Amino acid sequence: MGTLTIGCFPGVVGNMTYDFTLKLAEAAVDKGHKVNLWFSGNATSSIKANQKHLKDYPTAEIYLKALLEKGVEICTCEACSLSRGIKKPEGIEGVQWNAMHWYLAKIHGSDRVLQIGGE
Amino acid sequence: MGDVKLAYIVQKAQYKSESSRLAITHAIAYQTVEVLLDDGDNVIPTLCFVGEGVLGIQKGQNTMDVYGVTSTETHMKNTLLVDLDVLVCKEDLDKYGIPEDAMPNADEMGADKTIQVVPFSEIQKAMEESKHILFF
Repeated sequence: MGTLTIGCFPGVVGNMTYDFTLKLAEAAVDKGHKVNLWFSGNATSSIKANQKHLKDYPTAEIYLKALLEKGVEICTCEACSLSRGIKKPEGIEGVQWNAMHWYLAKIHGSDRVLQIGGE
Repeated sequence: MGDVKLAYIVQKAQYKSESSRLAITHAIAYQTVEVLLDDGDNVIPTLCFVGEGVLGIQKGQNTMDVYGVTSTETHMKNTLLVDLDVLVCKEDLDKYGIPEDAMPNADEMGADKTIQVVPFSEIQKAMEESKHILFF
């Protein structure tokens, strides 16, 4: 089995790209691959805890927690998160906070990389 | 595992997309990645600008005064300062009427590298030589 690293930059609201990224990560980990997920740009706003899952709005928390339970490593860009007013204690437990070099280090050890561009 | 080459392909204007600016900062981050890797391992990005990606990198930007944020020009200078290879597509500069001498340099900061204006075939070659290609 291989290692897949995904860089996810789009926000959770306003497009389907974010949803696609999480579904793809789930499919890969379910097949037995190691998956790393890096959030940058607007995607970092999705790591805030205590999201209310309204039925007519996209949400992220329940899916991110499920991925974490399956062993997906998820890391958010600290600078992008802080610039959006999200502090580390407010984040979803288990999501790592680091700088961009975390993404590059995961890329180094990956068989495949998908860079999912954002807004 | 040694060095892993990456090609960053920036194809959107920096003033239209945050992700194309983030391409530059993610490339610069190669400078500190070694702290997370084993001895002898590294990633080597080549930063390539094509299509509309060539539109936002000219010198003379004044965003700090106008918007209070660092300009893309400053980021471009930082890429040169940390010895990144930066390739800009000549055909796309010509298409948009941007002269080669509009590209910034970081001579005053002591950088050895300069932005390389190259035909697309050189960017294609950089992609072919890279293990991973990241489109921004």
